[in-house]
Amino acid sequence: MCLATPAKVVEIVNDDAVVEIDGIRRSAKIALIPDLVVGDYVIIHAGFAIQKWSEKDVQEYNQIMDEIRALDQQGSGKV
Amino acid sequence: MSIKGHISKVNRLAAEIARPVKIMEVCGTHTMAAFRSGLRSLLPANVSLLSGPGCPVCVTPNGYLDKAIAIARRPDTIVATFGDMVRVPGSESSLEYARAQGASIRIVYSPAEALEEAVANRLRQVVFLGIGFETTIPGIAWTIKEAAQKNITNYSVLCGHKIIPPAMEALLQGKVGIDGFMCPGHVSVIIGANAYKPLCSSYHIPCVVTGFEPFDMIVGIKMLLKQINDNQSTVEIQYARSVTEQGNQSAQQLIDEVFEVCDTSWRGVGTIPDSGLRIREKFSAHDSEKKFTDLEVPETREHPGCICGEILRGMKTPCDCGLFRKACTPATPVGACMVSSEGTCAAYYKYAKMDSLPE
Repeated sequence: MCLATPAKVVEIVNDDAVVEIDGIRRSAKIALIPDLVVGDYVIIHAGFAIQKWSEKDVQEYNQIMDEIRALDQQGSGKV
Repeated sequence: MSIKGHISKVNRLAAEIARPVKIMEVCGTHTMAAFRSGLRSLLPANVSLLSGPGCPVCVTPNGYLDKAIAIARRPDTIVATFGDMVRVPGSESSLEYARAQGASIRIVYSPAEALEEAVANRLRQVVFLGIGFETTIPGIAWTIKEAAQKNITNYSVLCGHKIIPPAMEALLQGKVGIDGFMCPGHVSVIIGANAYKPLCSSYHIPCVVTGFEPFDMIVGIKMLLKQINDNQSTVEIQYARSVTEQGNQSAQQLIDEVFEVCDTSWRGVGTIPDSGLRIREKFSAHDSEKKFTDLEVPETREHPGCICGEILRGMKTPCDCGLFRKACTPATPVGACMVSSEGTCAAYYKYAKMDSLPE
């Protein structure tokens, strides 16, 4: 189970954070990432933040997803 | 470069290489993502993707499941587990069947929830089924350390954790013939890309740490084909937004504090030295193996027709299995590879068309 979802940290209390994914808020444990602050982006796996993303990483991810969505909308799998 | 540009490059590189190339995607999430995105249908004819043993549920031998079921059957226990484990058939039964007979089983999204269950039910022993690779292990380590610090004496973990690099080495010693590894993206977030360097240089095998979006996998394949074409073998990171060379060192330290490496058995592969973890003596109060020593466990046996083992090693595909789509389906699974959300057989069942199945 290697799934991990990018999320934005909106609140931190000790080892717990509230993170936001597409408008949905969930709690996550942040003990594995020292020096996290509100506003940081992380990837969440099984309720734990396992890595921090920079603004550049978030932009790259958004670009990838935009390109995939655009291809989806074109409805063509042929290249 | 756009996705289409990368796909063109993949086609050009494959044509230059001109011979069959086998890339193993180690991780079960890659198996599913490759199918779901239609990636397999885009690959040139001479490039094939082999699925490897990176599905933690699939490689858990029946003996572990039989023990978990025996623990669940005790009236004083609650077994907390990730969802896929519940329907996997053991030697005689399953957790799902045990639950139907009255066992207390909680499906959790996070091991932290299992710890909360222990706090909320102090009169019951809460046992978390510790299945998962390095992505998941730090979270379980955290719960064990937290339980020790806060004296949550009724929480323990039945440790079935395994680690990836030794399994990759075991595969290279087999007969499959792998030309490159698509290394697991999120395991590598924890262990770092450098973890593959010894393997890469000993066996001269290209390794590219790859993410899970279709874009990531196409670029990862392109990078592997370029190495193969140039007769190189290095460790590269495609998934740079999440993976570093050193990995998550806080997580690595936590794993090392709570667990130690040991030999362990992988379904279908056998015992791989130093490929498993066990809970250190310091935390033995939270080790289910030490807590439950008088379990009635049936003699371990595997279904004779099930070839999950050969599938996990990339030697056969589900199409080669006589049970696939007949006796073994998602509704009536015989082997773990059909049950798990990342199992190769589950992926083939859901996504592959029988008349045009990829090799």
